[in-house]
Amino acid sequence: MKVVFLGATKGMGRALARLLAQRGDQLFLLGRDLDDLQRSAADLQLFGAAGTVGIATCDLLDPGTFAPGLAAAAAGLGGFDTVVVTAGLFATQEALETDAALTGRLLTADFTNTILFCEAARQQLLAAGGGTLCVFSSVAGERGRKPVILYGAAKAGLSHYLEGLDHKFRAQGLRTITVKPGFVKTGMTAGLTPPPFAAEADEAARTALKAIERGRPEVYAPGIWRWIMLVIRNLPRAVMRRIGF
Amino acid sequence: MSALNTTAARKITDSAASVGTQSPAPLTTLSGWGRHPVVSGHERRGEDLEQLCNGVALTRGLGRSYGDASLPAGPAETVVASPLADRLLGFDAASGIVRAEAGFPLWRLNRLFLPRGWFTPVTPGTHYVTLGGMVAADVHGKSHHRDGCFGEHVTTLKMRVADGRVLECSDEHERDLFRATLGGMGLTGHILEVEFRMHRIPSPWIWQETERFADFDSLLNALEVAGRMWPMTVCWADFVGSGARFGRGLLMKGRWAEPAEAPARAPRFRHAPALPPIFPNWFLQRWMWQTFNWLNYHKHGARPHVGIVHPETFFYPLDVIRNWNLAYGKRGFTQYQCVLPTGDNHAGHHRLLQVLQAHRADVFLCVIKDCGPEGKGMLSFPRPGISYALDIPIGPRIQSIVDALNELVVAEGGRIYLAKDAFTRSEDFRAMDPRVDAWNAVRRKWDPHGRLRSAQSVRVFGDQT
Repeated sequence: MKVVFLGATKGMGRALARLLAQRGDQLFLLGRDLDDLQRSAADLQLFGAAGTVGIATCDLLDPGTFAPGLAAAAAGLGGFDTVVVTAGLFATQEALETDAALTGRLLTADFTNTILFCEAARQQLLAAGGGTLCVFSSVAGERGRKPVILYGAAKAGLSHYLEGLDHKFRAQGLRTITVKPGFVKTGMTAGLTPPPFAAEADEAARTALKAIERGRPEVYAPGIWRWIMLVIRNLPRAVMRRIGF
Repeated sequence: MSALNTTAARKITDSAASVGTQSPAPLTTLSGWGRHPVVSGHERRGEDLEQLCNGVALTRGLGRSYGDASLPAGPAETVVASPLADRLLGFDAASGIVRAEAGFPLWRLNRLFLPRGWFTPVTPGTHYVTLGGMVAADVHGKSHHRDGCFGEHVTTLKMRVADGRVLECSDEHERDLFRATLGGMGLTGHILEVEFRMHRIPSPWIWQETERFADFDSLLNALEVAGRMWPMTVCWADFVGSGARFGRGLLMKGRWAEPAEAPARAPRFRHAPALPPIFPNWFLQRWMWQTFNWLNYHKHGARPHVGIVHPETFFYPLDVIRNWNLAYGKRGFTQYQCVLPTGDNHAGHHRLLQVLQAHRADVFLCVIKDCGPEGKGMLSFPRPGISYALDIPIGPRIQSIVDALNELVVAEGGRIYLAKDAFTRSEDFRAMDPRVDAWNAVRRKWDPHGRLRSAQSVRVFGDQT
């Protein structure tokens, strides 16, 4: 595969990009910090990525960088057939409730701008005859929950968009894959106390890779979260109101 | 982008990142591999180690040191965990020099490079360690009599020192810092990147020969003889039995297999299962270890075994279960590791057995290794002699057992390994390792205000909290 990756320098993105590299895929990394991208490119090269791992700047808070970033990737890879987005912004509900500017940035990055990036990627993939668009949403978008009200709202909207995209364009060859990670121990969640089912980034990445390979439109990562969320989705409101989860 | 955005934007753009959780990490409890002691403190994790460790007292890796070497000095202290800073930065196939971020784990290095014909020059008995941790403990392995410690093969370290500066050190540049950091238990600065020279291997498989010895003396003699011929040697000994059987065991000798004798296929790597955290303190009983040791000894048979084994089976037999330390229950255990000089027909080594028997110490597992000459590290553990690693469950008598063992080690001119230690008294350590003063002088030069410390450095080196 020829993969454009937004968010490969950290967390689950790093883990998934390594799995792709070990398969011998060709990679092009988009991100904001060129030094950091260069370090990840070296890492992925040594993990076995085909050709030279290219890098270009692309800032999730600046939609003006999306088209040039994707164009640089297309030029570097000689066209691409897969786009992976693991980038995003996270903050605790407490931090967001007291900081309207932060809330604005988080909602913009995780909802509006992620969708704008996907739209740009979708157009390029469709123009090339289809491909795979794999985007990391979250189990936080499954149900309104006290610890993740705002973050969850952005991810709920994102999941909705991705599902619609898959329904509309799969027939034209564009496979949209929504990955819904549960609690994964990365730098993003470093300040939080992990719940019992907390996973390592590697486990979540393996689940995501399997979904990409099989074209599954929606996957919980790791798989145990499918059952946890099945329960959560079906809890009565009166119960949801009482629990802190 | 507005000015308001820029600080947060630095944190978030190219990947999932957290902006709301930059406040101090929550108070938590931390322990080493032996699960004793358990201390309160803060642990900060993240990919950007260089930024995270600024102003922090200590960086820890995967927490595989047994005692308190990787633990905060007090509940108000913060330690940074490096495992998320785990990128490979470069590899030169001509020289074998590899460079990586300090959190890069050995198991990943092995699994990437074994199939390509390269292996770490020195490996400890577990592959769940980070490169930074390997430097800090200056780890040794089955090949110490031939290859020395890991530090002998390190070419450059990138560090953040106590005053906040980020610099590189090596034998050519800031040599005192470099040599104090090899085996310096992370107390000379935060190790950010490690560069070292890998070994070329003829195949990714191990040729192993194992032999059984019915008594302690013949086991030790065989170990010393084997060390002259074999690059890798190690003994397992039965320290649970009694009488003449006490100290009997198996000798394992290994070398990299030649291509002609190795299987054509690459070794397959398995994901190790983990134990659930349900084991009560009474789970491991003396009779279980008697049975285990009896079986381990007798199933081998009297004749030597020879043949090809998987490299992970050879180097990391205990890693088949990811967290075997949980089997000891919450009480935990300590690994007492010391090196005793050889000579005088192992009289001192027999005294070690006598101390263990006199104190009725439950040594569930005993690993014996051959140590070669001292290396570069100013405070590194190995010195010429034979090293004993004894796993002992924590009980009311543990401090007196360790004190008695230390008394013997001081008398015999040996020393203990800080990466395993949880109980040694400051005065005992100083008596067995006078190098500590020279090392401390370098440490104070680079950290005059004593900003870097661990629970262990407070206990053993008398650092202020």
